[in-house]
Amino acid sequence: MNFEPRIVAFLCNWCSYTGADLAGTSRIPYQPNVRIIRVMCSARVDPAFVLQALATGADGVLVCGCHPGDCHYSEGNYKAMRRFPLLERVLAAYGVPRERVRLEWVSASEGQRFADLVNDMTDRLRVLGPSPIQPGLRTDAVERY
Amino acid sequence: MAENKKMQVALYWGAACGGCDVAVLDTNEFILDVAAAADIRLWPIAVDGKYADVEAMQDGELDLCLFNGAIRNSENEEIAKLLRRKSKVLVAFGSCACMGGIPGLANLTNREQILDRAYFHNPSIRPGSQTVPQSETEVAAGTLHLPRFYKRVYRLSDIVTVDYSVPGCPPAPAQIKDVMCAVVAATVDGGAMPPQGSVIGASDRAMCDECPRTKAEKKIARFYRPFQIMQDPTRCLLEQGLVCMGPVTRSGCGVRCPNSNMGCRGCYGPLPGVHDQGARFLSALASVIDSKDPDEINTILDGIPDVVGTAYRFSMAASLLQRSVRS
Amino acid sequence: MTRRIAIDPITRLEGHGKIEIFLSDSGEVQDCFFQIPELRGFERFVVGRPIEELPRIVTRICGVCPASHHMASAKAVDGCFGNEVAPVAHKLRDMYYHAHFIHSHIAHFYALAAPDFVMGPDADPAVRNILGVVAKVGLEIGGQVIRARALAQNIQQRLGGRTTHLVWCLPGGVSKGLSKAELEEIKPMVKELAGFAEFSLQLFRDIVLGNTAYVDLILNGPYSLDVHFMGLVDANNAPNFYDGLVRVVDFQGKEICKYAPVDYAEHVAEHVEPWSYLKFPYLKKRGWKGFVEGIDSSIYCATPLARLNVADRMATPRAQEAYQEMFSTLGAKPCKALLVNHWARLVEMVQNVEMLEHYCADPEITSDQFRVIPRRITGEGIGIVEAMRGTLTHHYTCDDQGMCTSANLIVGTTNNNAPIHMVTKKVARTLIGPGKEPDQGILNMVEMAFRAFDPCFSCATHSLPGQMPLIVRIHKGGQLYREFRRDIETVAPTGELQ
Repeated sequence: MNFEPRIVAFLCNWCSYTGADLAGTSRIPYQPNVRIIRVMCSARVDPAFVLQALATGADGVLVCGCHPGDCHYSEGNYKAMRRFPLLERVLAAYGVPRERVRLEWVSASEGQRFADLVNDMTDRLRVLGPSPIQPGLRTDAVERY
Repeated sequence: MAENKKMQVALYWGAACGGCDVAVLDTNEFILDVAAAADIRLWPIAVDGKYADVEAMQDGELDLCLFNGAIRNSENEEIAKLLRRKSKVLVAFGSCACMGGIPGLANLTNREQILDRAYFHNPSIRPGSQTVPQSETEVAAGTLHLPRFYKRVYRLSDIVTVDYSVPGCPPAPAQIKDVMCAVVAATVDGGAMPPQGSVIGASDRAMCDECPRTKAEKKIARFYRPFQIMQDPTRCLLEQGLVCMGPVTRSGCGVRCPNSNMGCRGCYGPLPGVHDQGARFLSALASVIDSKDPDEINTILDGIPDVVGTAYRFSMAASLLQRSVRS
Repeated sequence: MTRRIAIDPITRLEGHGKIEIFLSDSGEVQDCFFQIPELRGFERFVVGRPIEELPRIVTRICGVCPASHHMASAKAVDGCFGNEVAPVAHKLRDMYYHAHFIHSHIAHFYALAAPDFVMGPDADPAVRNILGVVAKVGLEIGGQVIRARALAQNIQQRLGGRTTHLVWCLPGGVSKGLSKAELEEIKPMVKELAGFAEFSLQLFRDIVLGNTAYVDLILNGPYSLDVHFMGLVDANNAPNFYDGLVRVVDFQGKEICKYAPVDYAEHVAEHVEPWSYLKFPYLKKRGWKGFVEGIDSSIYCATPLARLNVADRMATPRAQEAYQEMFSTLGAKPCKALLVNHWARLVEMVQNVEMLEHYCADPEITSDQFRVIPRRITGEGIGIVEAMRGTLTHHYTCDDQGMCTSANLIVGTTNNNAPIHMVTKKVARTLIGPGKEPDQGILNMVEMAFRAFDPCFSCATHSLPGQMPLIVRIHKGGQLYREFRRDIETVAPTGELQ
């Protein structure tokens, strides 16, 4: 099985990105399957970003923010907290398993937690297999018939 | 062929319901003005033009084609491509052509389930019946053909280049008049048309802008299904906990659903710059929920029993994920 | 070597369809098929939706008769909520529905059917349409027609908030009532429509009944079948479009059955042919016997003429006069001459108008008690109404959360699939033959067969048949004959198979 999952991760600048950075500077190893996109706040993550990532071939999407109560912008992560269950319901209806999209809180000091998270998600996705969503769906001849 | 300098016009339907054609008829006397300015070469609901007549045209002979309905089968695709060749201006007319419309909800199921329901486990079909429609059937006299049914619903723009989109289910007659006048003016008088690819016949602002209900602050602690409460006819529906997609939908429809005391379901499509109307609605809902507790949030959201079918009621085929991946 | 003619697409109707005529060398019609190539899958994709949303989803089955689906759906949803409905809501719905009938009957009669009679069946196709009719009868009459349909739409809009694709019926009633101001706006519209209904009947007398060639075509032409008739009736066996019992009468006038909506599945079943996406309903107790006429046939029509055939009387006085005039002119009841559907539509319109007058005078109609909050979900409902083009059944089940778990629809025009196929073949065989080369006028006369039914094939093909294999299977005599892979083939629309 040569499949290596590709995970897109949206990390908020103040907590989770810093936490990921800490994993790096602390030399905590984690699997390299994650592609990190830094945003200022988890509230910046529009559900469309997650869907776009899946539509263009990501096997999994990870969204990380500050722990509730610690958001640099006070309330941003609550917005993420509210969007996420809505997105989960939509993804379930599309048949996308829960393991593929996750919302987690990672603080600036939680380098180990970030590494564990990435490893866990990568391992699960490796078992789950490639995303069933194929990029370039729109006029794919196979889809017609 | 056209005499004088009458515009050559076609109106056609893909996987459609006829509502867009009725909407054109609902422009009432205006249809007579259209007839005076244009030869309607194809309009299956009302005139006798056949596919052969279209095939016989020169490429670009049609000044305008209004194509409503989604692309569901091979005939829809074939005729869409035929009309694209024969038309100078091709308009995706109505929600189905623009974004798949209600037929797009079929993208949440699959053909096998549908086959089962229509032909096997159906209370009206004789148990044990194995007959299923075929794209080719041999009968004594020859071979009969049916279009091939596609695995999912497409928008018109997935199949051909679309010059303009006129959203709505159906588009409001007043908007239809404006659109047709603009095209006539451009074709006959050489006026300017909007940039190719534009959405026309709809506002660039959200429906809330047009809606007469009073709007205060939105802090929703509970959602209700429409039969669970008596609506206040003057207050914003969303504020009352009744799902309304007004904030993420273009206006131009005359607010016709909230005026019936029912929430908008988004048929006029997303606002400028938004690709996925449903995703936008998820954001909009999330911003008005009045809770910071994950369990409470889930309980509040349980008040919207069918998030995907509500947020993507008209736009499933245009969404980022497009269709279910469940096998 | 067989020559074939395809009428593709058929026109002046709602929906997609084509007619394939096979001619032998000598020019005889060897066979003729009425094929429906479209479908979308409503029966499947409404599953999983909240049941109260179905009335506003199923309107999109058809944009000409959306209110038919809305009402049938509303009644099925009522059933799922234990039939707890504000009484005024039924009156409001019925009132709306009569206005809806008027809009559709006007559209059909004037825009879809009249061109064949006003311009002539073999007129130049470029003028054989509503625009040609208006040019011929003049702007004054043409304007009246347009205005009348607009009035019917306006009445609906004031009652239900919207015309096409209304969003009005809810479990427990309707979402908005009729205000006194709206009622005052409606009253003069109804008055004008009353005049227009009479005007239409007079027009029919002048243009059709006054033309002996047309009368001969109607009464003695091939547009006739020995099949049975179905329609909804009230307790007096008068037509009721919104509610009632389903009555089936044979073409000799004898009642075959009469049943409540809840029993529909015992009386109607659907047959499948591989050459059409549309299923063929038939009388279940008689079994499928094929496309066969006769007193033992299991085929039936559900149309305006069928409704008048199964009724013993109309529900309102002026309509009753029109009904009596029609049958006494025809000299027989039931009437099997399918082109009489065009007349029957106009007779129905009189009842629609009289019912609107009745509701305008009902002091309860402006009540603000148009909705109740239902207290329980009972899980199943069957709603039957008469769509303008036939008996329409919506049957739903839902779970205890009110989410739809199944939907079965038998739609107006679907009922007529077999008779349409049969009469199209009959007309083709009569009008085309050795020495009778089919020109566009003859082919249009073949199309006039289905047009009498005012068909709505988007309605009819709500449901999805499913499996369209990459590998094409060819059946001969019902057996799998050959399996191979093909690309899409095109058949030249007016000529031979290429």
